[in-house]
Amino acid sequence: MLDTDVKVVYQRPRGFEELPTHYCPGCTHGVAHRLIAEVLEEMGELEHTIGVAPVGCAVFAYNYFAFDFVEAPHGRAPAMATGIKRSLPDATVFTYQGDGDLASIGMGEIVAAASRGELITVIFINNTNYGMTGGQMAPTTLPGQVTTSSPMGRDVERQGYPIRTAELLSSLDGAAYVVRRSLHDPKNIRMAKKAIRTAFEVQKQGLGFSMVELLSTCPTNWGMTPANARVWLAEHMVPYYPIGDFKVSSSIAYDKPKGRD
Amino acid sequence: MALELIKGNVAVAEAAVRAGLVSYFGYPITPQTELLEYLSARMPELNRAFVQAESELGAINMVYGAACTGRRTMTSSSSPGVSLMQEGLSYISCTELPVVIVDVVRGGPGLGNIAPSQSDYNQATRGGGHGEYHQIVLAPASVQEAIDLTTLAFDLAEKYRSVVMVLMDGSLGQMMEPAELPPFQPIKTEIPDWAVRGIPGRGKHVLTSINIDPPAQERTNIRLMTRWQQVEANEVRYKGYYLEDAEYLVVGYGTAGRISLSAVRAAREKGIKVGLLRPISLAPFPFKVLSDLAEQVKALLVVEMNNGQMLEDVRLAVANRKPIAFYGRMGGMVPFADDVLQEIEALAAGPLSQEEHPRDRWLAKMRVEFGTGA
Amino acid sequence: MQTEVIISGFGGQGTLYAGQVLAYAAMDEGKQVTWIPSYGPEMRGGTANCTVVISDEEIGSPTVKHPKAVLALNLPSLDKYEDMIAPGGCLVVNESMVNRKPERTDIRVVMLPANEIAREIGNERAANMVMLGALLANMDILPNEALEKALKNHTAQRLQKFVEMNIQALRRGGEYRAS
Repeated sequence: MLDTDVKVVYQRPRGFEELPTHYCPGCTHGVAHRLIAEVLEEMGELEHTIGVAPVGCAVFAYNYFAFDFVEAPHGRAPAMATGIKRSLPDATVFTYQGDGDLASIGMGEIVAAASRGELITVIFINNTNYGMTGGQMAPTTLPGQVTTSSPMGRDVERQGYPIRTAELLSSLDGAAYVVRRSLHDPKNIRMAKKAIRTAFEVQKQGLGFSMVELLSTCPTNWGMTPANARVWLAEHMVPYYPIGDFKVSSSIAYDKPKGRD
Repeated sequence: MALELIKGNVAVAEAAVRAGLVSYFGYPITPQTELLEYLSARMPELNRAFVQAESELGAINMVYGAACTGRRTMTSSSSPGVSLMQEGLSYISCTELPVVIVDVVRGGPGLGNIAPSQSDYNQATRGGGHGEYHQIVLAPASVQEAIDLTTLAFDLAEKYRSVVMVLMDGSLGQMMEPAELPPFQPIKTEIPDWAVRGIPGRGKHVLTSINIDPPAQERTNIRLMTRWQQVEANEVRYKGYYLEDAEYLVVGYGTAGRISLSAVRAAREKGIKVGLLRPISLAPFPFKVLSDLAEQVKALLVVEMNNGQMLEDVRLAVANRKPIAFYGRMGGMVPFADDVLQEIEALAAGPLSQEEHPRDRWLAKMRVEFGTGA
Repeated sequence: MQTEVIISGFGGQGTLYAGQVLAYAAMDEGKQVTWIPSYGPEMRGGTANCTVVISDEEIGSPTVKHPKAVLALNLPSLDKYEDMIAPGGCLVVNESMVNRKPERTDIRVVMLPANEIAREIGNERAANMVMLGALLANMDILPNEALEKALKNHTAQRLQKFVEMNIQALRRGGEYRAS
């Protein structure tokens, strides 16, 4: 009576190790990881992929993915990915980077990699703070946002303005696909997965640099429940960091999701 | 094969190509730039990878990534650029990857100048980045040696999964000498077990320099140290001149070593029985042979284009058994053989105190000759 | 036996190239040789010079304080190097570009109007080869034919058309003797 009627509707992707992650409860890193693993499995790329982990909360990402991985110095993942991709042009190479890693210490490397049109895919986690070190101000921290190093709230007069990374990189001719998505609800997560798929396809087709910025939550450092964190993301981050496509090379054929173009 | 008149920087670049270099990543900086420029044409011609990186940080991390794939890779730079690369060299050393780096040293500290110098001896031989690790350091004194040591560097890097630095200076980079280039080696097809390749069915490979558990990091460090012991046992290289009957010994490497050779010959013509030891591997340093020679000779003279950095290694080897004199020029100044000859004559002329540090004696003389600047 | 030659002049006078021709010739004759330029800020505007050391055994220093020979293609080079030449050495001066005679009496001096001679041959830029020809005629370094062979063997294809003129320049320079 039992077995034959059971249909698997949800299981661990093949690209995942059978390990619990070290991420905080409610953090969206797990969702982002899962989307990457699902996409690479669907594309049949799992065993041809080399990931580059950052310094930050995702420093141990290589523990959770079931394929080859290297761990980069802080901010240098795009450079390391360049070295790998140039040595192994047939491999699928991606970096997984947070906002401190990519938009602060590693801004030079990401801009240079994008401008070279480096055939790598970048998954960029924007959660408006340095998570691993305990929630300091990041380049992406919103005006007025309280962090452990902007205790009175980010004062743009003294601490400058947040960086809209996707918009910034979209101005570069080497970038073929630069979009922003969010992980705060199922609809947006589905859109994010599509974008990740497109980004990897862009790499496989040799069209240029690809990046998906993912608006993410950090309930622990934000001092919120996971549910409230998702609401905060929608109410505060999305207005500042609009979801949309900022650079889509004309060679890319795909179903355009709704949003800004 | 026929000799070619070839410039040091170009010779090293072509030697690397012939050693089966698959990828090169670099950033322009004088007096190394010709190496990068040469490869910017040569590598694409052979359908190999060349990237002019956005910075030395970018370059060393591209090398880091390329080394993870188990294929021959290198970078080159000059002093300030190599300082920027130290973070990467520490990570690469901890990840146990074979990487070749050429440092065409220039005068410093700071922006300094582009003249030949040996002032990065400590940075090169002590592991200039954070944490405790070693890298092999080879110091050529001629264009031919630069070619031979570049070829060797790739083999040693792979044998010991280590960074190998070819430590030159601007004058060797700019100098032309007749030299013979080695035949082309095919690009290696067998890939080491540890490499990340994205190969189906082989299982997951991870390369990282993190050992978050201190016991794991300590085990890594023990492994690194054990490998370094093998390097010390097997890879010491040096060249001796006129050592057999030497009563005095000059020690100098690279350009300072070959300048000293001229001075040693001139001193021999004057009847002074002096020999020259020219260390070729600066790390591992030829402690043993120097220790043996210290028994044989009456006194030693260390000649460097820096403030006495190798001098400390010589002092370790000599262990206060014999007096040591030091002669150095700094900041991109290159000594003449005549100057070194004077130092040899002074060494042979009189007993030398073993009380004072050789550097203090030298510095006192430098102040008299060139002013204190204070 | 070791000979050191410094070739010095303004940037653009072909001093580095002249040194390379000498180095190639020495290499082809089976000698040890080093060629080293002075490089740095003085490459722009000031004097451009190189040192060539030719020897029968492994060469130590590629630079020397007291060279056996100097080719001074302009006045600043004469001023800079006259005092440095080893006693008994040889100084070749480009009379076209200086306004004084050397003062040393313990060296051999060859004076020749290299620019004018080169112009007669057809190109003032061959003055460096005129100077080199004079050096070899006055010092036992290499046979003069060695330079001619080196020019033929090591000049790039697209520049071969200048070889004949350069050989002419060497020969004309070779007609001058130390006073």
